Amino acid sequence: MSGPFALPLSAGELAALFAHFLVLSLLAIGGAITVAPEMHRVLVDRMALLTDAQFNASIAIAQAAPGPNVLFVAVMGYQAGGLVAALVALVAIMLPSTTLALAASRWGHARRDWLPVQAFKAGMAPIVIALLMATGWILAAATPGWRHLVLTVAAALLVWRTRIHLLWLIAAGAVAGALGWV
Amino acid sequence: MSTEAAPLERPRSPRELFIAFTLLALQGFGGVLAVAQRVLCEQRRWLTREQFVEILAVGQVLPGPNVCNVALMVGDRFFGWRGALAALAGMMAVPLAIVLALTALYAQFAALAAVAGALKGMGAVAAGMIVGTALKLVPALRGNALGLPACLAFGAPAFVLVALVRAPLGWVLLGLGAAACAAAAWRLRARAGSPR
Repeated sequence: MSGPFALPLSAGELAALFAHFLVLSLLAIGGAITVAPEMHRVLVDRMALLTDAQFNASIAIAQAAPGPNVLFVAVMGYQAGGLVAALVALVAIMLPSTTLALAASRWGHARRDWLPVQAFKAGMAPIVIALLMATGWILAAATPGWRHLVLTVAAALLVWRTRIHLLWLIAAGAVAGALGWV
Repeated sequence: MSTEAAPLERPRSPRELFIAFTLLALQGFGGVLAVAQRVLCEQRRWLTREQFVEILAVGQVLPGPNVCNVALMVGDRFFGWRGALAALAGMMAVPLAIVLALTALYAQFAALAAVAGALKGMGAVAAGMIVGTALKLVPALRGNALGLPACLAFGAPAFVLVALVRAPLGWVLLGLGAAACAAAAWRLRARAGSPR
């Protein structure tokens, strides 16, 4: 890990990183993770700023840490070029998509009684819920074996049927995993 | 649902939004959506389940991280761009500091089997929490203009295409999403009883 002692990237490299992530931001339908293959192509294969192991660790660290998973982009920047690169990458991946989301949300809210907007909300609702289920499925299927599925199913049932605090569930998963039961 | 009958609350200030989203993000290991639904709809009661699904729908079809888009739109709804910034900053600032600190320490942790196991266990629970959240949102479809059978007819293939076939999300949204919206428009128009 290069960490805080990494040599800062050149201005040209930072600019390339910024420009690249600005474009990826607008392609990231379904979250920044959907453009991870493209980030791999650029950061690892083309610019050689990260190793394969650093790339994979970035995603794993961000998923294990609290907060939105998009922070993996900051971790990649950090590993490639310290704090400055982390902020450059994060701002670039967020700026276009947040601007667009804000504009679209206001546009839709101002026309919330208009039939096409209502049709969009009604039509998308079942798909949104299906996509959530698919996300859970894909995450669970990414780990080989079956014993972790016991935890997954138990967590799903508890979240669905009870009001148990979600941190208890995460803690139980961490303990079960640390003891080697998963 | 009878438990959701009480009137909604609203945040008092962008500052309250910032704090609420910071706390919410800090509980979200392996993804924040499950916590966001719990906190926004059940604990703070700023949104109904239906409103949450609507906002999530916009967040899903637009590029960018879904939960960040949701934070932005919820903040904007209450306090305009100041609220949007406050909610988004709350979602990202403290978690960013934590994740970068973890990265700096990662090299020492990574070798421990217990740490790897704990991460695996947390990942399994996080996956279950997302499925549980999805199940909890199903009742929000009850008043849907499509009707429940049509909801199932669009939702089930969406799940199969994304989870099992691993079709690209963009195409699923463009194909099934557009078809579902067209069907909803047709139903809404029929319900309004106007030919045009």
